[in-house]
Amino acid sequence: MDTEPRFFETNGPGTGGVVGQPLNRVDGYDKVTGKAKYSAEFPLQGLVYGVLKGSEIAKGKIQSIDTTAAMKEPGVLAVLTHQNLPKLAKTPNDQEGKKAIGAPMGFLPLTSDVVHYAGQPVALVVADTFERATHAASLVRVQYAVEKPLASYQDPKAEIFNPEKVQDDKTKGYTRRGDAQAALASAPVKHSATYTHAINHHNPMEPGSTTAIWESADRLTVYESTQGITRTQKSLATMLGLPQEQVRVVTKYLGGGFGCKGSSWPHTVLTVQAAKAVNRPVKLVLTRQQMFTGMGHREDQTQTLQIGATKEGKLLALVHEKTSTTSPWDNYAEPNSRIINLLYDCPTFESSYQLARANVMTSTFTRAPGEAPGSFAIECSMDDLAYQLGIDPLEIRLRNYAEKDPTNGKPWSSKSLKQCYARGAELFGWNKRNPKAGDTRDGRYLIGMGMATASYPVHNSQGTARVRLYADGHAVVQSGATDLGTGTYTVMTQVAADALGLAPDKVRFELGDSRLPTAPNSGGSVAAGTVSSSVYVAAQEVWQKLKKLAIADKKSPLYRAKVEDVIVEKNRMVLKANKQKGEDFAALMKRNEMSDIEGTGNGKYGAGYESGLAPGPADSGHQDDKGGHSMHSFGAHFCEVHVDAELGTVRVTRWVSVHGAGRILNAKTARSQIIGGNIFGIGAALMEETFRDPNFARYTNASLGEYHIPVNADIPEMTVEFIEEHDPYINAMGVKGIGEISMVGVAAAVANAVFHATGKRVRDLPITPDKVMGVLSV
Amino acid sequence: MNNFSYTTATTAKEATGVRKDSAQAAFIAGGTTLLDLMKLNVEQHPQLVDINMVPFKGISETADGLRIGALERMSDVGENQLVVQQYPAISEALLLSASPQLRNMASIGGNLLQRTRCTYFRDTAFPCNKRNPGSGCPAQTGDNRGLAILGGSTACIATNPGDMAVAMVALDAVVTLENSKGKQRRVPLLDFHLLPGTTPQRETILEADELIVAVTVPAAAHARKSHYVKVRDRASYAFALVSAAVGLDVQGGQIQSARIAMGSVGTKPWRALEAEKMLVGKPATEASFRAAAAAAVRGAAPREHNRFKVEMAQKTIVRALQEITA
Repeated sequence: MDTEPRFFETNGPGTGGVVGQPLNRVDGYDKVTGKAKYSAEFPLQGLVYGVLKGSEIAKGKIQSIDTTAAMKEPGVLAVLTHQNLPKLAKTPNDQEGKKAIGAPMGFLPLTSDVVHYAGQPVALVVADTFERATHAASLVRVQYAVEKPLASYQDPKAEIFNPEKVQDDKTKGYTRRGDAQAALASAPVKHSATYTHAINHHNPMEPGSTTAIWESADRLTVYESTQGITRTQKSLATMLGLPQEQVRVVTKYLGGGFGCKGSSWPHTVLTVQAAKAVNRPVKLVLTRQQMFTGMGHREDQTQTLQIGATKEGKLLALVHEKTSTTSPWDNYAEPNSRIINLLYDCPTFESSYQLARANVMTSTFTRAPGEAPGSFAIECSMDDLAYQLGIDPLEIRLRNYAEKDPTNGKPWSSKSLKQCYARGAELFGWNKRNPKAGDTRDGRYLIGMGMATASYPVHNSQGTARVRLYADGHAVVQSGATDLGTGTYTVMTQVAADALGLAPDKVRFELGDSRLPTAPNSGGSVAAGTVSSSVYVAAQEVWQKLKKLAIADKKSPLYRAKVEDVIVEKNRMVLKANKQKGEDFAALMKRNEMSDIEGTGNGKYGAGYESGLAPGPADSGHQDDKGGHSMHSFGAHFCEVHVDAELGTVRVTRWVSVHGAGRILNAKTARSQIIGGNIFGIGAALMEETFRDPNFARYTNASLGEYHIPVNADIPEMTVEFIEEHDPYINAMGVKGIGEISMVGVAAAVANAVFHATGKRVRDLPITPDKVMGVLSV
Repeated sequence: MNNFSYTTATTAKEATGVRKDSAQAAFIAGGTTLLDLMKLNVEQHPQLVDINMVPFKGISETADGLRIGALERMSDVGENQLVVQQYPAISEALLLSASPQLRNMASIGGNLLQRTRCTYFRDTAFPCNKRNPGSGCPAQTGDNRGLAILGGSTACIATNPGDMAVAMVALDAVVTLENSKGKQRRVPLLDFHLLPGTTPQRETILEADELIVAVTVPAAAHARKSHYVKVRDRASYAFALVSAAVGLDVQGGQIQSARIAMGSVGTKPWRALEAEKMLVGKPATEASFRAAAAAAVRGAAPREHNRFKVEMAQKTIVRALQEITA
């Protein structure tokens, strides 16, 4: 099958396909009319409601829980606490259990009397209505033996330690490449800066929710708001001691995730246990306040980055240190150093992570985990270095352009960063920028222009899809993926349509059910590439079967042809040498009295159309393509800000993003996703901050009234473009994914523009008016 | 949230009568603050009395100024041409408040009674002297970035959160109140809100059985030339970090009368009487404005995270004064 014409050749631009076209969302109508069912919207016979009660204190022990008043309320069916939670086969409370479950946190509430963090669930009330359950939860009285909590690594009493590994063992606590310290010491130019990042919460529009139905004593169905159906299924099955196939997880629509729905958090299994206890289907939806202590966050952190460089701005050394808060059980820190190590050609690098345990839940992946705050540090420091040396910020980046992956010397599978810089600069008018900082004014506003680089890896991933093609000319395509609202339904419909030679309205793509072929978590930007490749490869299997059928069919014009001589054009199989000779699949199938035909496919990382692995057998063990390429997306942001010279308010007034991220499956949904990531990054840059009280270790602003995310008035018209990349190595479709990279570098671009406007550097996110006014007054 | 009963009153007497018998009952107009606080369990009312049918309506020009019925909506008042033209600071303050949806619901009387956004007050897991007298004030050493630098006490530094009241207090608004006996009294808005002192749970002089009937604002040259500036963390839909309502009557370059009030810096809408006096007779210059602004924050007692308000409040006052004299 390696001689098969590949997707780019038959269905690339100019071949009349729909992949890449700005198709409207196939689920758009259902969403705006309310027909689309989110996980908490399935009407079920006998459904009852669960409400969590969170701990008021952040550290201590539960001495007693009085549930009498709650139980007396009409309609209340059960109050679950650590004293009566139905027993689980496994909990994440030890590292072995945590690993087996794939839990995001090494602790499950309601399994002990210890309180580790404020908001930790201490009771789950089930009642016949949501209102009754909510009221009854407020009547549960808990007596605590209160201890003084620790709120963060910044507390003088915090014990800072060097973990061997962070991010659940995925990242080493200390890494070095060459002798960075020596290189730094002898570098002619040095720069050192410290950056802080506030606690951020994901705050998807749709809160976390679980609806659990025990179909029988050992069969469970869960409607779950999750980015990963299979991960949730495995987690639950492991905790419950059930075979995986006896747990069904369904997520038809998702109202955003941004990482907080990437793993199975405590409320899910607690709801399942509540359903067991009351022997009824139970629905539980986290409140907005509970979303702040229910599904992780981006940790509070300080980074120090030291740079050694030549007088020409060529990097010689990068030394990075990060200190952050983690929970009492886990060593979680997002891997900031990854992008710092990779972004520029620098011969030496050193990174270390420090952690301090505090009374908080475990932090988790938050859009562009690691890359977002890491890029803030490196991209602000690069900017500083540029000003320090009198070099244009874009020019200094070009002088340090990494032609190959500096971390391992491998060639890039594709990299269009130079084109991104050039196109972005052109669209933005970067050459019109005043090179001097703090020197452009329009009335009361200081005008600044900033830019930053973005990068994100293509992560190892694989998945499966099934294509069923019907003789009447329509197809049903399935994969157990999730659509976070980003357009998975739509883009997979487009891929299947082109791969089968059908119009998109003849294709129905189904996702969001663990009964469908397994797909990876929609996280780390892997879904688009993996699922689209799975669909494409599955379609190839259908064609392969049809070809075999045709060449064995006496009535077919292709009778007795060699399989390798038959190619597919749109919906027809034809002879490579004589394209007039052939037939479409419908004629062939009807003649053979086949109503439908099925194919499955495995889309894999590193199995690109030139690697010889696509669509070969599954090989989940390999970490890279055979050519040994380093696989990453790259991009560049350019922005303009207006800073009120007296009051310090910052408004972003212009924005240009250009990315090279492999094949773009849908110009419209991709543009929207990049805009969304930009807005997310502007939020982190200018306003998002969760405040944890230093004495109570409890969030004070756990609401969308006080936790500010950007509103329309904060966001200007944005220009988004892509550099077309045909990456033959990443996966069968050449798709890198854009969900994460869209946020990388955004905060730095804003901060760099603020510096250009004011001549003052704010290194503490978010860059709020008080901080800007503060530096302007100095 | 507790169960509660809901009744409708069509007259003031009917409404105030309920509160006379049960101080735990609450009036509901727009409900934009009340329902929030009930859902958060900060307030528990066994009974809600809907007063939307009570005829406290009308935005009208009286012999000596403007009269706004307490049950007019923020959006209607903000867009009213009389208010826009003669009392621009009030219109601006209203239209910079909340969101269009909230402004369509929220009433003028209710807005004057809007409770603090102090995050400790709004989360019942925290101690709070205002919510639970005697329990303490964690804001003093905690998340006080949004809290008051003026008028606070060791018991409470909760900020009065609104915009409209700041503009109204600057322009000498008077509130008319009516009790269950049908007796009315008129109170300057300046005296309507109380400082927290040792009793932060008492926020206004309103008696349990009193309703706000109307707000009147005297016509004045400084009202016609008034202005509201709001500084906040995002471009819209956020409470002020600081705000300033100012009014100036300038004749031949000399200030005849001045009005200055600040929002989100005080435990009540903060009128800067001293600063106003300093401006009268002075030229309308930046130097005069700066001197007055400095006087406006005299005596400020900032905490760890709200120190910036001392400077930002002054700059906001200067900005507002510059903009109306520009």
